[in-house]
Amino acid sequence: MKKKKSKLNRDRAIAGVFFSLPQAISLFFLGILPICTAFILSMFDWNGFRAPVFVGLDNFKYIFGHDDLGIAFKNTLYYTLIYVPLNIVLSLLLAILLNKAKGKLFYRAVFFLPQVVTSVAIAVIWCWIFQPQYGILNVICQFLGLETHEWLRDPSRVMPAIIAMSVWWGLGYNTVLFLASLQNVPKTYLEAAEIDGCNKWEQFLHITLPMISPTTLLVTITSLINSFQVFDQCYLLTNGGPAKRTYTMAIYIYDTAFKQFKLGRASAISLIMFVVIVIVSVIQFIISEKWVNYDA
Amino acid sequence: MKNKKLQISISAGKIITFTLSQLILIILAIMSLFPFIWMLASSLKTNAEMFQFPPKIFPEIPQWSNYPKVFESVNFGQAFLNSVKLAVINTFGQVLTSAMAGYALGKLKFKGSNLLFSGFIGVMMVPYTVIVIPIFAMFSKMGLIDSHLGIILMTFAYMPMGVFLCRQFIMSLPNELFDAAIIDGASYLRIFFTVVIPLIKPAIASLAVFSFLWNWNSYFTPMIFLTSPDKFTVPLTLQMFKGKHSADWSLIMAASTISVLPVLIVYMFGQNYIVEGITITGMKS
Repeated sequence: MKKKKSKLNRDRAIAGVFFSLPQAISLFFLGILPICTAFILSMFDWNGFRAPVFVGLDNFKYIFGHDDLGIAFKNTLYYTLIYVPLNIVLSLLLAILLNKAKGKLFYRAVFFLPQVVTSVAIAVIWCWIFQPQYGILNVICQFLGLETHEWLRDPSRVMPAIIAMSVWWGLGYNTVLFLASLQNVPKTYLEAAEIDGCNKWEQFLHITLPMISPTTLLVTITSLINSFQVFDQCYLLTNGGPAKRTYTMAIYIYDTAFKQFKLGRASAISLIMFVVIVIVSVIQFIISEKWVNYDA
Repeated sequence: MKNKKLQISISAGKIITFTLSQLILIILAIMSLFPFIWMLASSLKTNAEMFQFPPKIFPEIPQWSNYPKVFESVNFGQAFLNSVKLAVINTFGQVLTSAMAGYALGKLKFKGSNLLFSGFIGVMMVPYTVIVIPIFAMFSKMGLIDSHLGIILMTFAYMPMGVFLCRQFIMSLPNELFDAAIIDGASYLRIFFTVVIPLIKPAIASLAVFSFLWNWNSYFTPMIFLTSPDKFTVPLTLQMFKGKHSADWSLIMAASTISVLPVLIVYMFGQNYIVEGITITGMKS
């Protein structure tokens, strides 16, 4: 009997290894190994063709000795600090509106639609919306008696313009998550609170918000990780310009690796970005102990 | 009397909030769709109409000939073939291998299975630029740059998010189902195809649509790995077209419409799966 059971366990283990093999091999070659290689590569000067030359920490010294890191970091931070809160607040508001509305599924599909379109087409359409003379945005501004701008050429307007486009593009994703989470808040809780004399705002603040807090944490962390890596929008619309105002970390890395072919230095920059992302995520998790409620 | 008044004012208030919220939603829906309507309408304009002030939404006479002109200038037909090929192969591979790994990690415990699962979760946190440079270096040594094979190798059997989704789904299935099949003497392979796959159909459907869209829209990876235009995918071809015809905005809009339309059609039929799929992955972590 015991023997039979151990054979069963062994068979199961063999099957487990077999079934996970394709993804596990890929995880090793496309995940673990590249990460380890990136650490080694960051200490080499290498253009991908000649033999790599060991330079120790010179790549890091070079990066920290130049303005580009500061510029790229500042731009990325600017984008993140505006985009993430704006996206989260707006998508939560939109989800609250949708939760009570008629035709919920239709609107959900509409708001999610921009998300399924490739960034290249999004950039093309918005390039024309931002066009200074004939673009619809300036026409509307004129109609409303507001100032018109060269949105993508004005260094002080370009980042807000790209953030606006990104919010339009990405709003549907978080809205869908918040909506699903709102639908899981038990009605009985809200009714009980209403009987106890809580108004809608108090119900929202003391019941709904704590109940959806795990989703809020998830949305915050994924949005932060993604916006730290923002590339497509800035590359396609303005290619980092004007005056390097949309030169983000990802563009900095791309330029270094695939335009200048400094693969070692580019690895070093991406590791710096990785460290920043890890620190921010860890801080998020630590703070989350205070406001995220897992009891529900 | 007083009570009745109160009731009326409450229901009046309700009607106002309802109308107001419905109104906001309609405005937002229009804002969400307008850029696409603008793109469609502009794709049928003459270039002179594009540079007309004040701009009109719809063209005087629809210029259907814009579309053949786009196909004459760049080989969108080839781009579609390339995109369909890559998206179909990669979607198939990602879904199948994710379901397999999800089954293994969800129901077939083996030494190191937990560690493996943490590995899949961990790599999701790593910025793509960290791993893409070493992969690029490795692939250029192996002669896999500028080949579809390289992109397939990078994608076909690799989808940490998919593994995660399938594992969560399979773990929630009752163990008795699997035990019964084992006692009946079914092989694990057979259980996978006759028990697991049918039971996780909703997860597979969402994953398939999600993976297809992701592969179809992917820009960064093909941009880095593909260099010759005849191997370009649809987004790359659109970008190339824009560079070639930087002043012909009506043609650029026609090219954008061509690239976007198939996705919009897929979305129309699959939107429920996509949206539900995102909800599942989002909710269960």
